[in-house]
This record gives sequence, C-alpha cells and structure tokens, in this order.
Amino acid sequence: MLKDHAKLMQAIQVSGEITGRKKLQKMIYIAKKIAFPFHERFQFHFYGPYSEELTTRVEELCNMGFLDEVKEKKGGYFQYRYTLTDSGKEFLSLNDVDMPFLQDCLTDMNGQNARFLELVSTVLYFDNLSKEEVTNKVFTLKSSQRYTEAEIGEAFQYIEALKEKIQ
Amino acid sequence: MAYAAEKLSEEKVFKDPVHRYIHVRDRAIWDLIGTKEFQRLRRIKQLGTTFLTFHGAEHSRFNHSLGVYEIVRRIIDDVFAGRPEWNDDDRLLTLCAALLHDLGHGPFSHSFEKVFDFDHEDFTNKIILGETEVNKILLKVGPGFPAKVAEIIAKTSEKKLVISLISSQIDADRMDYLQRDAYFTGVSYGHFDMERILRVMRPREDQVVIKKSGMHAVEDYIMSRYQMYWQVYFHPVSRSAEVILTKILHRAKQLFEENYAFKYDPLHFTSIFLGQVTLEDYLKLDESVILYYFQMWQEEVDSILSDLCRRFVNRNLFKFVEFDPANEYKKLAELNSLFKKAGIDPEYYLVVDSSSDLPYDFYRPGEEEERLPIHLLMKNEELRELSRESEIVDAISGKRRTDHKLYYPADYLADNSTKKNIKQQIRALLELE
Repeated sequence: MLKDHAKLMQAIQVSGEITGRKKLQKMIYIAKKIAFPFHERFQFHFYGPYSEELTTRVEELCNMGFLDEVKEKKGGYFQYRYTLTDSGKEFLSLNDVDMPFLQDCLTDMNGQNARFLELVSTVLYFDNLSKEEVTNKVFTLKSSQRYTEAEIGEAFQYIEALKEKIQ
Repeated sequence: MAYAAEKLSEEKVFKDPVHRYIHVRDRAIWDLIGTKEFQRLRRIKQLGTTFLTFHGAEHSRFNHSLGVYEIVRRIIDDVFAGRPEWNDDDRLLTLCAALLHDLGHGPFSHSFEKVFDFDHEDFTNKIILGETEVNKILLKVGPGFPAKVAEIIAKTSEKKLVISLISSQIDADRMDYLQRDAYFTGVSYGHFDMERILRVMRPREDQVVIKKSGMHAVEDYIMSRYQMYWQVYFHPVSRSAEVILTKILHRAKQLFEENYAFKYDPLHFTSIFLGQVTLEDYLKLDESVILYYFQMWQEEVDSILSDLCRRFVNRNLFKFVEFDPANEYKKLAELNSLFKKAGIDPEYYLVVDSSSDLPYDFYRPGEEEERLPIHLLMKNEELRELSRESEIVDAISGKRRTDHKLYYPADYLADNSTKKNIKQQIRALLELE
C-alpha cells in the first residue's frame, strides 16, 4: 500500500535533501539501474532518462504534505529543493522500507552535480552497447553538453564504484 | 526501382472514423501493415479496461497506429514538404516509425508491465530488430534501416525533429488518441481543431514548433487533454477494473510460484512467470488469450483467483471511496488489520490506486530541463514556452493534478452472514453507513 511512495520518501530521507528535479530523476534512475527496487518506468527524453511516473509521484507526495518542495531562483531559472516533512517522516516510520546500501549510494550521488549524473544515467541507459558505442551515443545525443572522453571514462568508473558499494 | 522509393500502382485507402481516410502509397508501408506482428495489434484494445465503463471503447491499437501514421503523413506531405528545415530523405523513416511506434504493446499492457516488470518499448525494439516479418520488410529498405526506425521510437536517435513528430508534448500520437478515444467512448471532450494545428506546425532543427497565430488551437488541444484525463483515462470505474486485472495477474503468479496445481494450466504465462519470456512467447499473447484464461480460472479451486476472475468477466467491480493518504494513512492500517480479521485478504481486496499509477499525463511547462515543452514561434523568430503566452494553459498547468482512491469489494462487506461486527466496523471506517 503506497509502497512505491514510501521508497521514494526513503530515498529523499537518506539523502537529507535533493536540489533539482533533474538531479532527483537521475539519482532514482541510476539507483534503479544498479540494483534498487524502484518501479518507476523511465524513457529516454531530450535530457536523458526521465520518468513521468516519478514526476507525478513527487507531486503526489507534495500534495499529501509528506514532501516539502521549495522553489528557488538560481541564475536565470528556477530549481526545486525537496526534503521530507515531519508527517512524511512519521508515515515512513510506519512503513517498513528495506533497501540496504541505499543511503551510501544516494549520498554519494547527491554530492555529484546534475550534469555529471545526466552523463552517468545516459551511459547506464545504453549499457547494452559497447564502451565505444556508448561514447558515440553520448557525443551524438548530448552534443550540447560537450562531454569529453575523460568525463565519459569517469562516468564508467563511477558506475563501477557504485556497484561495489552494494556488494 | 529501389524498394524505399517504390510506390503502389494505385493509392490504397482505409476508411477511418476519425480521419475519414488513411492514405497509403508507399510499398513499404503497405507491406508493414500486412505483417503478422502489425496485424496482432487488431487484438489489443487501445484503452485496456475502459470498455467496461464506456462500452464503445473497443477500438484497437491497430486503428490508432494507422491514425498516427496518417497524421504524420499529412504533416510531412502537406506542411513540411519543401521547407528548408525538413529533410525529405527522412520521410519513409518517419512514416515507418509512426506506424510501428506501439508495436510492442501487449494485451492490457499497463497491468502486465506493472506486475511482470515489462517494458513495451523493449518489445517494440525486439520486434523491429529481431527475426520477424516487420524486420524483413525494413531490411529491404536498407541494412541499417531497422535500427534507425527503432532509435526514433526509443527517442535515442540524433534526429530530434523526427522524434518530436511522434513523441513530444504535441505529437501525432497524442493528437490521434485524444480524438479516437473521444470518438469511441462517445464523450464530448477530446475534440480540437487538428487541421489548424497541422497548418501552423513548423519544423526546426530539434523540434516541431507552433506559429503564435495557432496558439488558440493548441489551447483547445491542451484543454481536451485535461478533460480526457479526468473524464476518461482516470475514470474510477475503469481504474477498478484495472485494479482487479492487476490483482488477477499477481495472484496467478503467486500461485504458480507456490506450485499450485491449476485446473487449467497457464501455458501462455509460464515463461512470463519464470521471467524468461521470449519474443515468440510474447507475440502469442493477445487479449483473446488472456480473456480465455480469465474465463477458465473462474472455475479454479483457489477462491481468490476464481473470485477476481468472476469479477472481471462479469463486471462485478470493486467500489471505491476517495482517499486522502496524508490524513487517513493510519485508518488504512486499521482497515488492513480489520480486513484480515474478517477473512478478506487486504493484499487483494483493499487497494489504493493513485494518479501516478496511470500511463497518462498532463501538459507540463518543463521547467528545469525535464521534458521539452511546447514552443510557440513568435513573429521575430523567438521561441516562447506555451504557458508563458497562454493564460489558459498557465492556469491549467498550476492546478492540482493528483488523486487517490481506495477500492474494496462492497458485496463482501455487505454480507453479514460471517464476521458481522468486524464488517460493521469496516463499513463505518469507510463511511459506508
């Protein structure tokens, strides 16, 4: 009952706070891809893997009063900061969510910037392709982000480091 | 003549209630329609369980796929042709992707995807690239052509303009299903001036944009999307049927895992339950197969499976109450416990259904680089996001868009022959008396 909502709340609680909708999307996608049982469906969109279900679920949690969403102006655009409210914490305490290692992985991801997480999630999205093919995909599909080969290499290493955390 | 350029000796037309006629002139399109994988879409309803609420909603994904193809054909041939931003070499690629975009949908695919963790887009990819009739036709166009079509549908191609024709916030897919679903459900919402929208669409490097002069037609489209969401797609009775369908699949899977001896062996489900479904297995599934099992499982010894199947087949659905998780989650825990005491398994008979469980969405302005919004092309060639120009769209975009309902079997709770006091407590908590 509302298990998927509870998992998302757990992700935000262990992260402390998450700033940026794009960052939140990429963190959950990466977590799902490396092992964690999030059930939101993702599709590749203009800015990489994106889940409409996740967007709606976050909106639901805000409407329920379980999540606090603060709109902040940053440069020329707005971004959103998410934290769990007290009633959210109480709800979560009554709903057992068992995802060991989640905190370690999400804390690490939360320390990265959204641009890098976008790259990591894109690399993971094409995990059925060879490293060379993935690199070509990144250069083609993410040309506006101007990722370098070195950054793509870092993304591969980062994925391996995350996977090691859960072993 | 190269297969890609080959035309039929005379144009073929399909009579269509939404677009009047679907016109086919390209040999490759005609051949794709004739493949067994595409014909399978005739046996998969576009709106899943909605026919249990709106009895006219029996239209199939076959109808819809032809409709999306026709809209894209009109955009390319009547609006984009000759414009410098449009590359006519992409014409057949775009038409094939439009026609095949839903090829991987299975029967009642939303429930199947939830229970078995399927992704219909993966199956679309496998059908296009695997050993199928569709793949053979696409290969006749060129050796890399199937992969190009698959990449457009998966939205992983560098041809973003082509992708946006088929999948964006104002695309041929939505324009067809809104009108088609409105027509077949019989509702008066869902109508908008598509001809006008098509005439004001303009190709740009990365996406289709809309001339500012067409803004009011787009407002109508956004309103119709909003109305269809609440009146059709999110209809509580269709959701009840969807809840029961999902629970049938859960129950059958659980019984299989417990080595339950089915009276009617779920042969078509075996590889799905084992998580080893092949493309061949998947293509054998359609709604007639699934409904056959539901029909037969009504006679199963397992009382939960047989009851849920009877409910679905005979449309004896769960009733619902509005549910506010923020203020009622403790009540839900209490109900859960009372259901167990009453001998009614809450895992199958007490279900919260949320808006996020649905595959439909509203228009979002797309702040912070989420999804690409609808852009208006101003007279000075500047692009402006739709909700910044339209007060109507801005008003709708800011509205609360979430909703939760609690589903339960009213007939079980009304039966006072057993556990009368507990059922009374449940009814009181649900505010049924």
